[in-house]
Amino acid sequence: MGGLPMGERAMGQPPMGRLLVDDLADVRAGDKGDTLILAVLPREAAHYVVLERTLTAQAVARHFGRPDDVTRTVLPHLPALVFRLPAILGGGVTGYPGLDGHGKTLGYHLLMFPVES
Amino acid sequence: MTAAGSMTGASGTDGGTVRLGAGAGFAGDRIDPAVELARHGELDYLVFECLGERTVAAAQVRRLADPSGGYDSLLAARMRAVLPVLAAGAVAGTRSRTGRHTRIVTNSGAANPLAAGRRTAAVARELGLSARVGVVTGDDVLDVVRRLDPVVWETGEPLSAAPEELVSANAYLGADGVRRALDEDADVVVTGRVADPALYLGPLLHEFGWAQDDWPTLAAGTVVGHLLECAGQLTGGYFADPGTKPVPGLARLGFPFADVGSDGGARLSKLAGSGGLLTTRTCTEQLLYEVDRPDAYLTPDVTADFTAVRLAADGTDAVRVTGGAGGPRPDDLKVTLGFRGGWQGEGQISYAGPRALARARLAGEIVRERLVNVHGLAADAIGVELIGAGAAFRGLAPETDPLEVRLRVSARASGAEQADAVGWEVESLYTNGPAGGGGARKSAQETVLVRSCLVPRDLVASSVTVLEA
Repeated sequence: MGGLPMGERAMGQPPMGRLLVDDLADVRAGDKGDTLILAVLPREAAHYVVLERTLTAQAVARHFGRPDDVTRTVLPHLPALVFRLPAILGGGVTGYPGLDGHGKTLGYHLLMFPVES
Repeated sequence: MTAAGSMTGASGTDGGTVRLGAGAGFAGDRIDPAVELARHGELDYLVFECLGERTVAAAQVRRLADPSGGYDSLLAARMRAVLPVLAAGAVAGTRSRTGRHTRIVTNSGAANPLAAGRRTAAVARELGLSARVGVVTGDDVLDVVRRLDPVVWETGEPLSAAPEELVSANAYLGADGVRRALDEDADVVVTGRVADPALYLGPLLHEFGWAQDDWPTLAAGTVVGHLLECAGQLTGGYFADPGTKPVPGLARLGFPFADVGSDGGARLSKLAGSGGLLTTRTCTEQLLYEVDRPDAYLTPDVTADFTAVRLAADGTDAVRVTGGAGGPRPDDLKVTLGFRGGWQGEGQISYAGPRALARARLAGEIVRERLVNVHGLAADAIGVELIGAGAAFRGLAPETDPLEVRLRVSARASGAEQADAVGWEVESLYTNGPAGGGGARKSAQETVLVRSCLVPRDLVASSVTVLEA
């Protein structure tokens, strides 16, 4: 989070030139069993290139503390990137003892990924 | 359904399109948006998708306790809300676009479609309406999986190796059962586990007579079903963000409908004046929602390729979707297995102000120690969350020290007594724990565990029973 108040990000004022995915894209989280699925949707088509370059499968795996088992599908015509993170939800909606077994909140963790611009 | 006799006008299409409306996107969804669509949407079909993996397993447990139960608890409320509106429309002549009254399709049958069908018929009778209720069964494959002993995806082991008690097995049926129920002039179709998009594909098969190996067209219809199946998620729900994606009128969010052509292409829209918005952005998010392989979205009816889909704005709150592509349906059907998951107890309590995080953490350590040492719970069965300090991100982001923190302790337990101990120990922090703990709450419940496997499709057969009301 880098100590940045969320409200500041929401206003779209990236301080000191450090961009987050949140400044360039939306993320929708979905689940299938124990697998988390994250779709990254650039707010402008021009942002797709930098997101495609930055959000590699390996980088997203690191951001979520995973080994290199994340797969990425590129959909330049939409445009969108889809990430599949297996075995990350701790058992999913019926197995995880915590509150958000679906992992619906985890899309916003990817929004906090720093983008090198 | 009508006030007097069954109204079965000629099944044709207006302008070559069929209008499918989304009446619900999950079991607990709002009812008033469906009533608005029933009243003003000129729908051919109103579809209620009310069944998740957990929902079907939980319904199976309810059915074990009560053989006449096990269907969606909001079924009767939904039917009471929309049946009179649809019947009034049919009598008044404000018919749907295809020239007959609006028909309903729902998977609210959950673990007991026949009981749900009987309940639907009873509701119609109470309202003085006549209706043909088509019930689709055949998704219950408990006997099949017991015989086959398939490998369970999550464990990689045969089903028989699972220590938990298996209580249910429901195969994802395709659209064919829904189509056949509509072919038999059902006014309301009630199913159990049917693939969500198939609830929408069924009416399209009935209206357009698509061949069961016309993969591109079946894929196009599946894309439409996939976009509609979560109802309000297409019109700004689960999308809205006041900073980046403002959505007007979420408190009166309008549910979407689609005008689908005979080639499977469609125009998605919502009622004028309803809340929410429907744009290429909302549609793109929903297109990719829960889709782990966009090039091969597996359904019982077709393997759909979402990478070929094109979305284009087509007026205010309207988007045109084209470009369905796909290949043969899989030979196996996915099955949701339900197991008794034992008991779970939880307790919550809040701390605020200076050292809120430290006090909440200390409180969690106290509860954990006592659950193990006093109540005999297994240490690895206990989960501690510090809500407000990053619990949702599961340790992936550094904890912050916020103005307030809510401790939540949850644990799997051997029985009701152990489960109750979890909330009890949190509550007892009031007088035995860190300073300033407030707002304790507790609960305990029996749970279900859900896993998946495959069965060959030729071992699964759907059938249709028509009930008259």
